[in-house]
Amino acid sequence: MKCQKCPKPATYHITDIERGKPQEFHFCEEHAKIHLAASEHLADKSEMGMIGKEVLESVKAELDQQSCPICQLTFAEFRSTGRLGCPHDYEVFRDELMPLLENIHGETRHAGKVPRRSPMISKQQTSLIQLRNDLKRAVAAEDYEAAAKIRDGIKAIEQLQGRESTRPV
Amino acid sequence: MNFDELTRTSGEWLRGTGPESDIVMCSRIRLARNLAEFPFINHASRGEKVEIENQVKNAIERGGLDLKYHDVQALSNLDRQFLVERQLISREHMGADWPRGVVVGPRENISIMVNEEDHLRIQVMLSGLALQDVWDQINNLDDQLEETLAYAFSPQLGYLTACPTNVGTGIRVGVMLHLPALVQTKQIEKVFRALQKINLAVRGLYGEGTQASGDFYQISNQQTLGKSEPELIRTLSDVVPQIISYERLARQELVKERREKLHDQVSRAYGVLKTAQQISSEETMHLLSSVRMGINLGLIDDLAIPTVNELFIHTQPAHLQKIQGGELQVEERSVARASYLRRRLSNGKHLDDESA
Repeated sequence: MKCQKCPKPATYHITDIERGKPQEFHFCEEHAKIHLAASEHLADKSEMGMIGKEVLESVKAELDQQSCPICQLTFAEFRSTGRLGCPHDYEVFRDELMPLLENIHGETRHAGKVPRRSPMISKQQTSLIQLRNDLKRAVAAEDYEAAAKIRDGIKAIEQLQGRESTRPV
Repeated sequence: MNFDELTRTSGEWLRGTGPESDIVMCSRIRLARNLAEFPFINHASRGEKVEIENQVKNAIERGGLDLKYHDVQALSNLDRQFLVERQLISREHMGADWPRGVVVGPRENISIMVNEEDHLRIQVMLSGLALQDVWDQINNLDDQLEETLAYAFSPQLGYLTACPTNVGTGIRVGVMLHLPALVQTKQIEKVFRALQKINLAVRGLYGEGTQASGDFYQISNQQTLGKSEPELIRTLSDVVPQIISYERLARQELVKERREKLHDQVSRAYGVLKTAQQISSEETMHLLSSVRMGINLGLIDDLAIPTVNELFIHTQPAHLQKIQGGELQVEERSVARASYLRRRLSNGKHLDDESA
């Protein structure tokens, strides 16, 4: 049997009780973790007793529509695929991802290797992803004036990086 | 692209050397890395995927690394399957349908999958129990790549990955173990439960969801965030010797209490492999596993471990077909496999095969 969300084999078989009815899920290891962590997170919220089921559902729906300005991934898409769309998603969906990370890893702060490169570059690169997306859209809309401007912006960042990446850090 | 010369060797993970290599087949570490200026693979366009490939090729060239880039998209199905059997790419990488590649080192102990789930999946493996050496090598390789590539990294969350289960160090530290006695004495489940309690994953030969054919098991960490690479390596390095001693104990138990039965089982396995006319890869793995344990316990003395290790891989479907020089149907493969085994195991010849 295959995982419901990816082509990997399903090794986890989960039965949730939703509104008194059992619902079956078949997942690979990674998707099972994400499923379990997400439901626990929601259960935590409902246990606080301050929000009813409907409110919870509407919060969930609203959250699902939220999207990343860089790669346009929606949280609904992440919930269905278990994969993020770009590095910036960790910022955009921070509030939702933190409890998930806590659940998966038991911790939320990196304690390992750090690349030697300056972190400034990372920021520029995030804007590169965005600029390339803008460029695609401008070209699709045949707005060549805008496209040329965006292309200049991309070139400027690339040149800046060319200098920075050869500089000893 | 031609991998035919590789069919003459068995690859690093089956070399059969290194510490504890009677039980530990190989140690391996993989690092998940992504380039900061591109979306993750599932949101990257074809063009962006090609550009990622180019950046990796460029990094290898600029770093003067002794590694070769292979375009996986351009390979035949048989060659892709062949790379899976050699543990150089994953089954997911084999089956994808976008621009992607694999970088392989001369000894086949290094592989970098490009455009798998993450932009880069760097892997280093060494025969036997040698996690520290593997870490030194992969850490160094990662540094060399990073001189040219800008990785997606956040100070709080570490290396950013497409799936939150890998974020942080992006590391998977694993050892492949051969545990036939624990399987036979039915103690293996107990060992698994204990490992799961300390957050380690147990998988079959070809990764998640695959059966542990040939009594091979991969044990690896699951946590990647909040612990440093050396800490995660230490967890594995601490627990593996315990499993090794359980396996040895189980083997001694078998020898002491069921010697005739064990000897009979090993000899029969050897006999079938030497004389069968048709044999599946599943049965081959199963019998080779008994023979391998038999050699380690001194019950077979005219066959060397590296030869058995080589047979494990040469009898896999894609290897067999490449050795035979063409595609074969399942039934034809069973005949070809049996004939190959008879040839390799014919009396008096096999000890010379070690150099192969």
